[in-house]
Amino acid sequence: MDWVPFWVSFQLGLWVTGLLLVIAFPLAWLFAFSKRGWVVWLESFLSLPMVLAPTVMGFYLLLFLSPNGPVGKFFLDTFGLRLAFSFPGIVFAGCVSSLPFMIAGLKTGLLGVPPSLLEASYTLGKGKWETLWRVVLPNMKAGLVSGMVLTFAHTIGEFGVVLMIGGSLPGVTKVVSIAIYEKVESLDFATAHLYALVLILVAYPGMLLLNQLQRRESRRSQ
Amino acid sequence: MIHFYLQKRFVAGQREFHLDVEYAVTKGSVLGILGPSGSGKTTLLRCLAGLERPDGGFIRQDESFWYDGSRSLFVPPQKRQVGLVFQDYALFPHLTVLGNLLYASNDRRRALELLDLVHLADHAHHFPRELSGGQKQRTALARALIRKPELLLLDEPLSALDEELRDSLGEEIHRVQAQTGVTTVLVSHSRKEIELLSTEVMELREGRLDPVRHDF
Repeated sequence: MDWVPFWVSFQLGLWVTGLLLVIAFPLAWLFAFSKRGWVVWLESFLSLPMVLAPTVMGFYLLLFLSPNGPVGKFFLDTFGLRLAFSFPGIVFAGCVSSLPFMIAGLKTGLLGVPPSLLEASYTLGKGKWETLWRVVLPNMKAGLVSGMVLTFAHTIGEFGVVLMIGGSLPGVTKVVSIAIYEKVESLDFATAHLYALVLILVAYPGMLLLNQLQRRESRRSQ
Repeated sequence: MIHFYLQKRFVAGQREFHLDVEYAVTKGSVLGILGPSGSGKTTLLRCLAGLERPDGGFIRQDESFWYDGSRSLFVPPQKRQVGLVFQDYALFPHLTVLGNLLYASNDRRRALELLDLVHLADHAHHFPRELSGGQKQRTALARALIRKPELLLLDEPLSALDEELRDSLGEEIHRVQAQTGVTTVLVSHSRKEIELLSTEVMELREGRLDPVRHDF
């Protein structure tokens, strides 16, 4: 069995989860607490990957990320980085596609922190950053883990978008879901089964951890 | 002395009210503000704490201003020497009783002294979820006092407790306030609570602060 597609998927999952943790946090904060009217428009737009067919997203991302597209041209001219059919390209696409999952987890976590805890911290002389590190983050662990697990799981299971942006370059963009598809196409069901089994064995502990943490948090807040 | 004159629009239920209050709290005294729900008590307390910005007026602590509408001066809560005890206590659930106090100040000795003062020395390493309502209230009080505030604010300090506990904790708050000598403003809808704890009593009704009426 070829393990390289797993390694590509794993790296992709780590990159996307790490980047989205940073990118999605301010957005989740905005969506959780801002009362401005335009926020709901932005939130709905960024949630589109949850409901759009991956091929629709993949098609438009390919247009944007190709060397003649606005984003692809910018990256090529500025950093000498080609996005279409490259690993950075599937990381970019993975970020767009998994963004709503990270935002959803973080937003739920943020909304679960009572506003009075933040206010108590302010009246105890602490600024916003210190309050964020010492009060908000420790009290939204379940939301953080939920966002990270769902983002990682969604990214390593991603198929349509990755195929359209990255193709199937072995060791570069050929992730495990594409490898399964190719094995099924070539009627190699035994290997397809093995690949799928490994994915299930990786996904299940993640979901178990997530649910256990949510149960513990819910008991703690009672 | 804390002298405030505050104007603030606020909404209670479906109605909009205008808070328009002035009072000078003598140093070391306890001003009790009595008022029904929706009268603006919590809004007033939040303005004093710096958690809400008034529409106009001023808040003066001795010679320095915490808020002055005419100069657009607003000192944020972090910079005011205020201790606030929230109605829901707002204890940090991930920290122990001692951890809650040490969050506000690194002075471990003072933290232990305060826990002793509120009879919680034995519970220093307990988490808030392991405490009773009265113990939570006493932790919140000790935490609010650790930074030696110029002004202590108490939002309905006894209302979440049963009657028996209310009396004993009321006496305890009274004792702690007397020992620390901190200027205090407390708000409550309970006349008994106000009478138990306050040295000066005012009534807040529809945004106005008046001397208390006996038929309240």
